[in-house]
Amino acid sequence: MTDLPSVLAETREDFLDLGDKDKIQLLIEFAEELPDLPAKYADHPELLEKVEECQSPVYIFVEVENNTVAVFATAPEQAPTTRGFASILAQGLTGLSVDEALGIPDDFPSTLGLNTLISPLRVRGMTGMLWRMKRQIREKTEA
Amino acid sequence: MSVPIDNSPKFAEYAHPEAIVSTEWLAAHLSTPNLVIVESDEDVLLYEIGHIPGAVKIDWHTDLNDPVLRDYVQGEAFAALLSAKGISRESTVVIYGDKSNWWAAYALWVFKLFGHEDVRLLDGGRDKWIAEGRELTKEQPELIPSVYPVIERNDAPIRAYLSDTLAHIGKPMIDVRSPEEYSGERTHMPAYPEEGALRGGHIPGAASVPWARAANEDSTFKNRAELEALYLDGAGLKPGDDIIAYCRIGERSSHTWFVLNYLLGFTGVRNYDGSWTEWGSAVRVPIVKGTEPGALVA
Repeated sequence: MTDLPSVLAETREDFLDLGDKDKIQLLIEFAEELPDLPAKYADHPELLEKVEECQSPVYIFVEVENNTVAVFATAPEQAPTTRGFASILAQGLTGLSVDEALGIPDDFPSTLGLNTLISPLRVRGMTGMLWRMKRQIREKTEA
Repeated sequence: MSVPIDNSPKFAEYAHPEAIVSTEWLAAHLSTPNLVIVESDEDVLLYEIGHIPGAVKIDWHTDLNDPVLRDYVQGEAFAALLSAKGISRESTVVIYGDKSNWWAAYALWVFKLFGHEDVRLLDGGRDKWIAEGRELTKEQPELIPSVYPVIERNDAPIRAYLSDTLAHIGKPMIDVRSPEEYSGERTHMPAYPEEGALRGGHIPGAASVPWARAANEDSTFKNRAELEALYLDGAGLKPGDDIIAYCRIGERSSHTWFVLNYLLGFTGVRNYDGSWTEWGSAVRVPIVKGTEPGALVA
Protein backbone atom coordinates (compact mmCIF):
# COMPACT_ATOMS: atom_id res chain seq x y z
CA MET A 1 0.00 0.00 0.00
CA THR A 2 2.90 2.37 0.69
CA ASP A 3 4.29 2.56 -2.83
CA LEU A 4 1.09 3.75 -4.52
CA PRO A 5 2.05 6.57 -6.92
CA SER A 6 1.39 9.97 -5.39
CA VAL A 7 -1.51 11.12 -7.59
CA LEU A 8 -3.46 7.93 -7.00
CA ALA A 9 -2.60 7.98 -3.29
CA GLU A 10 -3.98 11.51 -3.06
CA THR A 11 -7.12 10.54 -4.96
CA ARG A 12 -7.69 7.71 -2.55
CA GLU A 13 -7.17 9.91 0.49
CA ASP A 14 -9.60 12.46 -0.91
CA PHE A 15 -12.30 9.86 -1.43
CA LEU A 16 -11.77 8.21 1.93
CA ASP A 17 -11.99 11.56 3.74
CA LEU A 18 -15.35 12.50 2.24
CA GLY A 19 -18.94 11.69 3.17
CA ASP A 20 -21.17 9.94 0.66
CA LYS A 21 -22.65 13.05 -0.92
CA ASP A 22 -19.23 14.63 -1.44
CA LYS A 23 -17.78 11.40 -2.81
CA ILE A 24 -20.44 11.52 -5.53
CA GLN A 25 -19.55 15.15 -6.19
CA LEU A 26 -15.84 14.37 -6.43
CA LEU A 27 -16.49 11.58 -8.91
CA ILE A 28 -18.59 13.98 -11.01
CA GLU A 29 -15.69 16.44 -10.96
CA PHE A 30 -13.36 13.74 -12.21
CA ALA A 31 -15.88 12.93 -14.95
CA GLU A 32 -15.93 16.57 -16.03
CA GLU A 33 -12.14 16.70 -16.10
CA LEU A 34 -11.72 13.82 -18.55
CA PRO A 35 -10.12 15.55 -21.54
CA ASP A 36 -11.24 14.95 -25.11
CA LEU A 37 -9.09 12.54 -27.05
CA PRO A 38 -6.21 14.10 -28.94
CA ALA A 39 -7.01 14.29 -32.66
CA LYS A 40 -4.55 11.53 -33.54
CA TYR A 41 -6.73 9.06 -31.60
CA ALA A 42 -10.12 10.68 -32.10
CA ASP A 43 -9.66 10.15 -35.84
CA HIS A 44 -8.53 6.53 -35.41
CA PRO A 45 -11.11 4.68 -33.38
CA GLU A 46 -9.58 1.35 -34.47
CA LEU A 47 -6.57 2.06 -32.24
CA LEU A 48 -8.73 2.20 -29.15
CA GLU A 49 -9.60 -0.75 -26.95
CA LYS A 50 -13.16 -1.17 -25.71
CA VAL A 51 -13.51 -1.93 -22.01
CA GLU A 52 -16.00 -4.79 -22.04
CA GLU A 53 -16.40 -4.80 -18.27
CA CYS A 54 -18.18 -1.46 -18.41
CA GLN A 55 -21.74 -1.33 -19.59
CA SER A 56 -21.24 2.09 -21.12
CA PRO A 57 -19.03 2.37 -24.18
CA VAL A 58 -15.60 3.40 -22.93
CA TYR A 59 -12.44 3.15 -24.98
CA ILE A 60 -8.87 3.42 -23.82
CA PHE A 61 -5.48 3.84 -25.39
CA VAL A 62 -2.10 3.71 -23.68
CA GLU A 63 1.13 5.24 -24.99
CA VAL A 64 4.57 4.31 -23.75
CA GLU A 65 7.40 6.59 -24.80
CA ASN A 66 10.86 6.78 -23.21
CA ASN A 67 9.63 4.55 -20.42
CA THR A 68 6.83 7.04 -19.60
CA VAL A 69 3.15 6.14 -19.68
CA ALA A 70 0.28 8.25 -21.05
CA VAL A 71 -3.32 7.09 -20.87
CA PHE A 72 -6.18 8.35 -23.01
CA ALA A 73 -9.83 7.46 -22.65
CA THR A 74 -13.19 8.44 -24.03
CA ALA A 75 -16.72 7.77 -22.80
CA PRO A 76 -20.06 9.47 -23.48
CA GLU A 77 -21.13 12.50 -21.49
CA GLN A 78 -24.22 10.54 -20.44
CA ALA A 79 -21.99 8.00 -18.69
CA PRO A 80 -20.52 10.09 -15.85
CA THR A 81 -19.56 7.19 -13.59
CA THR A 82 -17.55 5.53 -16.34
CA ARG A 83 -16.00 8.87 -17.29
CA GLY A 84 -15.10 9.48 -13.65
CA PHE A 85 -13.40 6.09 -13.35
CA ALA A 86 -11.49 6.62 -16.60
CA SER A 87 -10.45 10.10 -15.52
CA ILE A 88 -9.10 8.92 -12.14
CA LEU A 89 -6.95 6.33 -13.89
CA ALA A 90 -5.85 8.57 -16.77
CA GLN A 91 -4.74 11.27 -14.33
CA GLY A 92 -3.17 8.73 -12.01
CA LEU A 93 -1.20 6.78 -14.61
CA THR A 94 -0.12 9.47 -17.03
CA GLY A 95 3.45 10.52 -16.37
CA LEU A 96 4.40 7.40 -14.43
CA SER A 97 7.28 5.17 -15.41
CA VAL A 98 6.43 1.72 -16.72
CA ASP A 99 7.49 0.07 -13.45
CA GLU A 100 5.49 2.51 -11.33
CA ALA A 101 2.37 1.96 -13.43
CA LEU A 102 2.71 -1.82 -13.41
CA GLY A 103 3.22 -1.67 -9.64
CA ILE A 104 -0.26 -0.24 -9.02
CA PRO A 105 -2.14 -2.90 -7.08
CA ASP A 106 -4.84 -4.53 -9.22
CA ASP A 107 -7.38 -3.93 -6.50
CA PHE A 108 -6.78 -0.17 -6.34
CA PRO A 109 -10.35 0.67 -7.50
CA SER A 110 -11.93 -1.24 -4.65
CA THR A 111 -9.83 0.62 -2.07
CA LEU A 112 -11.47 3.99 -2.82
CA GLY A 113 -14.39 3.39 -0.48
CA LEU A 114 -16.90 3.42 -3.33
CA ASN A 115 -18.16 -0.15 -3.14
CA THR A 116 -21.15 0.54 -0.91
CA LEU A 117 -22.00 3.83 -2.53
CA ILE A 118 -21.57 2.87 -6.18
CA SER A 119 -21.93 -0.95 -5.91
CA PRO A 120 -19.16 -3.55 -6.31
CA LEU A 121 -20.45 -4.48 -9.77
CA ARG A 122 -19.85 -0.97 -11.06
CA VAL A 123 -16.48 -0.62 -9.35
CA ARG A 124 -15.49 -3.81 -11.14
CA GLY A 125 -15.78 -1.84 -14.38
CA MET A 126 -12.97 0.38 -13.15
CA THR A 127 -10.91 -2.67 -12.21
CA GLY A 128 -11.36 -3.92 -15.78
CA MET A 129 -10.10 -0.58 -17.08
CA LEU A 130 -6.99 -0.69 -14.89
CA TRP A 131 -6.18 -4.27 -15.90
CA ARG A 132 -6.51 -3.45 -19.56
CA MET A 133 -4.30 -0.38 -19.19
CA LYS A 134 -1.61 -2.44 -17.47
CA ARG A 135 -1.87 -5.13 -20.13
CA GLN A 136 -1.40 -2.54 -22.87
CA ILE A 137 1.63 -1.13 -21.05
CA ARG A 138 3.14 -4.63 -20.89
CA GLU A 139 2.46 -5.26 -24.58
CA LYS A 140 3.92 -1.93 -25.61
CA THR A 141 7.01 -2.40 -23.48
CA GLU A 142 7.76 -5.84 -24.85
CA ALA A 143 7.37 -4.70 -28.45
CA MET B 1 -58.29 10.89 -7.46
CA SER B 2 -56.25 8.70 -9.69
CA VAL B 3 -53.81 10.11 -12.20
CA PRO B 4 -55.19 9.91 -15.78
CA ILE B 5 -53.64 7.53 -18.27
CA ASP B 6 -51.86 8.54 -21.46
CA ASN B 7 -54.30 8.06 -24.34
CA SER B 8 -51.73 8.08 -27.15
CA PRO B 9 -52.90 5.90 -30.07
CA LYS B 10 -49.64 3.90 -29.97
CA PHE B 11 -50.25 2.92 -26.35
CA ALA B 12 -53.94 2.14 -26.90
CA GLU B 13 -52.86 -0.87 -28.97
CA TYR B 14 -50.86 -2.33 -26.07
CA ALA B 15 -52.48 -4.80 -23.68
CA HIS B 16 -51.92 -2.42 -20.75
CA PRO B 17 -51.81 1.19 -21.91
CA GLU B 18 -52.02 2.26 -18.27
CA ALA B 19 -48.44 1.04 -17.71
CA ILE B 20 -46.70 3.49 -20.04
CA VAL B 21 -46.58 7.25 -20.64
CA SER B 22 -44.96 9.42 -23.29
CA THR B 23 -42.54 12.28 -22.75
CA GLU B 24 -45.26 14.72 -23.93
CA TRP B 25 -47.66 13.35 -21.33
CA LEU B 26 -45.09 13.55 -18.56
CA ALA B 27 -44.07 17.09 -19.47
CA ALA B 28 -47.73 18.07 -19.15
CA HIS B 29 -48.21 16.26 -15.83
CA LEU B 30 -45.01 17.19 -13.96
CA SER B 31 -46.78 18.71 -10.98
CA THR B 32 -49.73 16.35 -10.77
CA PRO B 33 -50.62 15.55 -7.14
CA ASN B 34 -49.99 11.95 -6.17
CA LEU B 35 -47.61 11.43 -9.10
CA VAL B 36 -43.98 10.66 -8.21
CA ILE B 37 -41.32 10.52 -10.92
CA VAL B 38 -38.43 8.13 -10.26
CA GLU B 39 -35.13 8.03 -12.12
CA SER B 40 -33.35 4.66 -12.13
CA ASP B 41 -30.15 4.30 -14.13
CA GLU B 42 -27.31 2.02 -14.93
CA ASP B 43 -24.97 4.99 -14.42
CA VAL B 44 -25.38 5.97 -10.80
CA LEU B 45 -24.29 9.62 -11.28
CA LEU B 46 -26.70 10.60 -14.06
CA TYR B 47 -29.39 11.83 -11.71
CA GLU B 48 -26.88 14.23 -10.13
CA ILE B 49 -25.80 15.78 -13.43
CA GLY B 50 -29.41 16.56 -14.35
CA HIS B 51 -32.84 14.95 -13.98
CA ILE B 52 -36.48 15.60 -14.83
CA PRO B 53 -37.80 18.35 -12.54
CA GLY B 54 -39.26 16.87 -9.37
CA ALA B 55 -37.85 13.40 -9.95
CA VAL B 56 -36.37 11.34 -7.12
CA LYS B 57 -33.57 8.81 -7.53
CA ILE B 58 -33.83 5.12 -6.73
CA ASP B 59 -30.77 3.05 -7.50
CA TRP B 60 -31.23 -0.61 -8.27
CA HIS B 61 -27.86 -1.63 -6.81
CA THR B 62 -27.72 0.45 -3.68
CA ASP B 63 -31.42 0.87 -2.83
CA LEU B 64 -33.25 -2.21 -4.09
CA ASN B 65 -30.67 -4.93 -3.49
CA ASP B 66 -30.03 -6.52 -0.15
CA PRO B 67 -26.50 -5.49 0.84
CA VAL B 68 -25.57 -9.00 1.99
CA LEU B 69 -27.68 -11.64 0.27
CA ARG B 70 -28.01 -11.85 -3.48
CA ASP B 71 -31.66 -10.86 -3.20
CA TYR B 72 -33.89 -7.82 -3.18
CA VAL B 73 -34.65 -5.87 -0.04
CA GLN B 74 -37.37 -7.07 2.29
CA GLY B 75 -40.60 -5.25 3.11
CA GLU B 76 -39.20 -3.09 5.92
CA ALA B 77 -36.37 -1.69 3.82
CA PHE B 78 -38.65 -1.14 0.82
CA ALA B 79 -41.16 0.70 3.01
CA ALA B 80 -38.40 2.85 4.50
CA LEU B 81 -37.03 3.67 1.04
CA LEU B 82 -40.38 4.61 -0.47
CA SER B 83 -41.39 6.61 2.60
CA ALA B 84 -38.18 8.60 2.36
CA LYS B 85 -38.86 9.29 -1.33
CA GLY B 86 -42.36 10.56 -0.57
CA ILE B 87 -44.10 7.64 -2.27
CA SER B 88 -47.25 6.24 -0.70
CA ARG B 89 -49.00 2.99 -1.55
CA GLU B 90 -51.56 4.99 -3.57
CA SER B 91 -48.99 7.04 -5.51
CA THR B 92 -48.75 6.81 -9.25
CA VAL B 93 -45.07 6.19 -9.98
CA VAL B 94 -43.50 6.95 -13.37
CA ILE B 95 -40.03 5.45 -13.75
CA TYR B 96 -37.50 6.42 -16.38
CA GLY B 97 -33.81 5.75 -16.94
CA ASP B 98 -30.85 5.44 -19.26
CA LYS B 99 -30.10 2.61 -21.72
CA SER B 100 -33.67 2.34 -23.11
CA ASN B 101 -35.04 1.93 -19.60
CA TRP B 102 -33.15 -1.27 -18.67
CA TRP B 103 -32.80 -0.30 -15.05
CA ALA B 104 -36.08 1.57 -14.99
CA ALA B 105 -37.81 -1.65 -16.08
CA TYR B 106 -35.80 -3.52 -13.45
CA ALA B 107 -36.94 -1.07 -10.76
CA LEU B 108 -40.53 -1.36 -11.98
CA TRP B 109 -40.29 -5.13 -11.71
CA VAL B 110 -39.07 -4.84 -8.10
CA PHE B 111 -41.96 -2.46 -7.32
CA LYS B 112 -44.24 -5.19 -8.68
CA LEU B 113 -42.65 -7.82 -6.40
CA PHE B 114 -44.15 -5.67 -3.65
CA GLY B 115 -47.42 -5.31 -5.52
CA HIS B 116 -47.28 -1.54 -5.95
CA GLU B 117 -50.26 -1.02 -8.18
CA ASP B 118 -49.75 2.03 -10.34
CA VAL B 119 -46.22 2.02 -11.77
CA ARG B 120 -45.59 3.20 -15.31
CA LEU B 121 -42.57 3.49 -17.59
CA LEU B 122 -41.66 6.61 -19.54
CA ASP B 123 -41.48 5.48 -23.18
CA GLY B 124 -38.01 6.37 -24.48
CA GLY B 125 -36.69 7.07 -20.99
CA ARG B 126 -33.98 9.56 -20.21
CA ASP B 127 -32.50 9.54 -23.70
CA LYS B 128 -35.68 10.64 -25.42
CA TRP B 129 -36.42 13.31 -22.83
CA ILE B 130 -32.94 14.76 -23.44
CA ALA B 131 -33.07 14.32 -27.23
CA GLU B 132 -36.25 16.40 -27.27
CA GLY B 133 -34.48 19.18 -25.41
CA ARG B 134 -36.79 18.98 -22.43
CA GLU B 135 -35.96 20.56 -19.09
CA LEU B 136 -33.42 18.99 -16.73
CA THR B 137 -32.47 20.22 -13.30
CA LYS B 138 -29.82 19.49 -10.70
CA GLU B 139 -32.16 20.63 -7.96
CA GLN B 140 -33.21 17.91 -5.57
CA PRO B 141 -36.91 18.07 -4.72
CA GLU B 142 -37.88 18.81 -1.12
CA LEU B 143 -39.43 15.58 -0.02
CA ILE B 144 -42.17 15.14 2.52
CA PRO B 145 -41.78 11.61 3.86
CA SER B 146 -44.85 9.49 3.31
CA VAL B 147 -46.14 6.51 5.22
CA TYR B 148 -45.54 3.39 3.13
CA PRO B 149 -46.80 0.13 4.64
CA VAL B 150 -44.52 -2.86 5.18
CA ILE B 151 -45.54 -5.28 2.44
CA GLU B 152 -44.26 -8.81 2.21
CA ARG B 153 -42.64 -9.42 -1.15
CA ASN B 154 -44.51 -11.86 -3.35
CA ASP B 155 -41.96 -13.32 -5.76
CA ALA B 156 -43.75 -16.34 -7.19
CA PRO B 157 -45.93 -14.76 -9.90
CA ILE B 158 -43.18 -12.81 -11.69
CA ARG B 159 -39.83 -14.10 -10.43
CA ALA B 160 -38.21 -17.44 -11.28
CA TYR B 161 -35.46 -19.02 -9.22
CA LEU B 162 -32.90 -21.51 -10.52
CA SER B 163 -35.08 -24.46 -9.48
CA ASP B 164 -38.13 -22.97 -11.21
CA THR B 165 -36.10 -22.44 -14.35
CA LEU B 166 -34.75 -25.99 -14.30
CA ALA B 167 -38.33 -27.28 -14.02
CA HIS B 168 -39.38 -24.97 -16.86
CA ILE B 169 -37.02 -26.46 -19.48
CA GLY B 170 -39.11 -27.55 -22.43
CA LYS B 171 -41.52 -24.63 -22.02
CA PRO B 172 -41.04 -21.23 -23.67
CA MET B 173 -37.97 -19.34 -22.57
CA ILE B 174 -36.43 -16.19 -23.99
CA ASP B 175 -32.72 -15.45 -23.76
CA VAL B 176 -32.37 -11.70 -24.23
CA ARG B 177 -28.56 -11.47 -24.30
CA SER B 178 -26.43 -10.76 -27.36
CA PRO B 179 -25.98 -13.51 -29.97
CA GLU B 180 -22.36 -14.02 -28.83
CA GLU B 181 -23.42 -14.59 -25.25
CA TYR B 182 -26.22 -16.93 -26.41
CA SER B 183 -23.96 -19.12 -28.51
CA GLY B 184 -21.28 -19.16 -25.86
CA GLU B 185 -18.59 -18.12 -28.33
CA ARG B 186 -17.34 -15.21 -26.27
CA THR B 187 -13.78 -16.08 -25.42
CA HIS B 188 -11.94 -15.42 -22.22
CA MET B 189 -8.45 -14.12 -22.84
CA PRO B 190 -5.76 -13.58 -20.22
CA ALA B 191 -6.05 -10.21 -18.45
CA TYR B 192 -9.52 -9.68 -19.87
CA PRO B 193 -11.49 -10.07 -16.68
CA GLU B 194 -15.07 -10.90 -17.50
CA GLU B 195 -17.83 -10.20 -15.10
CA GLY B 196 -19.79 -13.31 -15.39
CA ALA B 197 -19.93 -16.99 -15.49
CA LEU B 198 -17.70 -20.02 -15.66
CA ARG B 199 -19.43 -21.50 -18.70
CA GLY B 200 -20.83 -19.98 -21.90
CA GLY B 201 -23.97 -20.87 -23.83
CA HIS B 202 -27.70 -20.84 -23.08
CA ILE B 203 -30.44 -22.76 -21.28
CA PRO B 204 -31.70 -25.69 -23.42
CA GLY B 205 -34.65 -24.69 -25.56
CA ALA B 206 -34.41 -20.94 -24.93
CA ALA B 207 -35.10 -18.79 -27.98
CA SER B 208 -32.69 -15.94 -28.67
CA VAL B 209 -34.40 -12.55 -28.85
CA PRO B 210 -31.90 -9.85 -27.86
CA TRP B 211 -33.77 -7.32 -25.72
CA ALA B 212 -32.90 -4.36 -27.95
CA ARG B 213 -35.02 -5.69 -30.79
CA ALA B 214 -38.04 -4.55 -28.77
CA ALA B 215 -36.74 -0.98 -28.78
CA ASN B 216 -36.52 1.67 -31.47
CA GLU B 217 -33.44 3.80 -32.14
CA ASP B 218 -34.87 6.54 -29.93
CA SER B 219 -35.21 4.08 -26.99
CA THR B 220 -39.02 3.89 -27.25
CA PHE B 221 -40.79 0.55 -27.42
CA LYS B 222 -41.78 -0.80 -30.81
CA ASN B 223 -45.47 -0.80 -31.60
CA ARG B 224 -47.75 -3.74 -30.93
CA ALA B 225 -47.63 -5.19 -34.46
CA GLU B 226 -43.82 -5.07 -34.52
CA LEU B 227 -43.60 -6.71 -31.11
CA GLU B 228 -46.00 -9.46 -32.16
CA ALA B 229 -43.93 -10.12 -35.26
CA LEU B 230 -40.86 -10.44 -33.05
CA TYR B 231 -42.14 -12.60 -30.20
CA LEU B 232 -45.11 -14.47 -31.68
CA ASP B 233 -44.11 -15.04 -35.31
CA GLY B 234 -40.36 -14.89 -34.66
CA ALA B 235 -39.84 -16.64 -31.32
CA GLY B 236 -42.98 -18.78 -31.55
CA LEU B 237 -44.66 -17.64 -28.35
CA LYS B 238 -48.39 -18.37 -28.20
CA PRO B 239 -51.11 -16.62 -26.19
CA GLY B 240 -51.45 -18.31 -22.83
CA ASP B 241 -47.80 -19.45 -22.71
CA ASP B 242 -45.90 -19.49 -19.44
CA ILE B 243 -42.61 -17.80 -20.23
CA ILE B 244 -39.31 -17.25 -18.44
CA ALA B 245 -36.99 -14.48 -19.61
CA TYR B 246 -33.37 -14.20 -18.54
CA CYS B 247 -30.16 -12.33 -19.36
CA ARG B 248 -26.97 -11.84 -17.35
CA ILE B 249 -28.22 -10.46 -14.05
CA GLY B 250 -31.87 -9.83 -14.88
CA GLU B 251 -31.84 -6.22 -15.98
CA ARG B 252 -32.21 -6.56 -19.75
CA SER B 253 -34.72 -9.35 -19.21
CA SER B 254 -36.83 -6.99 -17.07
CA HIS B 255 -37.17 -4.90 -20.22
CA THR B 256 -38.41 -7.99 -22.11
CA TRP B 257 -40.59 -9.00 -19.14
CA PHE B 258 -42.24 -5.59 -19.32
CA VAL B 259 -42.83 -5.97 -23.06
CA LEU B 260 -44.33 -9.46 -22.80
CA ASN B 261 -46.43 -8.66 -19.75
CA TYR B 262 -47.71 -5.12 -20.28
CA LEU B 263 -47.40 -4.48 -23.99
CA LEU B 264 -48.35 -7.93 -25.34
CA GLY B 265 -50.53 -9.09 -22.46
CA PHE B 266 -48.97 -12.46 -21.53
CA THR B 267 -50.04 -13.26 -18.00
CA GLY B 268 -47.54 -15.95 -17.03
CA VAL B 269 -44.18 -14.23 -17.54
CA ARG B 270 -41.41 -14.55 -15.00
CA ASN B 271 -38.00 -12.93 -14.90
CA TYR B 272 -35.16 -15.25 -13.89
CA ASP B 273 -32.95 -12.66 -12.22
CA GLY B 274 -30.23 -15.17 -11.30
CA SER B 275 -29.79 -15.36 -15.07
CA TRP B 276 -26.51 -16.34 -16.67
CA THR B 277 -24.30 -15.22 -13.79
CA GLU B 278 -26.01 -17.94 -11.75
CA TRP B 279 -26.84 -20.55 -14.41
CA GLY B 280 -23.46 -20.38 -16.13
CA SER B 281 -21.68 -21.00 -12.82
CA ALA B 282 -24.05 -23.54 -11.28
CA VAL B 283 -22.86 -27.13 -11.04
CA ARG B 284 -24.42 -29.74 -13.34
CA VAL B 285 -27.17 -27.62 -14.89
CA PRO B 286 -27.65 -28.32 -18.62
CA ILE B 287 -26.19 -25.90 -21.16
CA VAL B 288 -26.45 -25.73 -24.94
CA LYS B 289 -23.70 -24.15 -27.05
CA GLY B 290 -24.22 -22.67 -30.49
CA THR B 291 -26.94 -20.74 -32.27
CA GLU B 292 -29.73 -23.35 -32.09
CA PRO B 293 -32.06 -23.48 -29.06
CA GLY B 294 -31.36 -27.18 -28.60
CA ALA B 295 -33.18 -29.39 -26.14
CA LEU B 296 -32.61 -31.18 -22.89
CA VAL B 297 -30.72 -34.41 -23.49
CA ALA B 298 -31.78 -37.01 -20.97
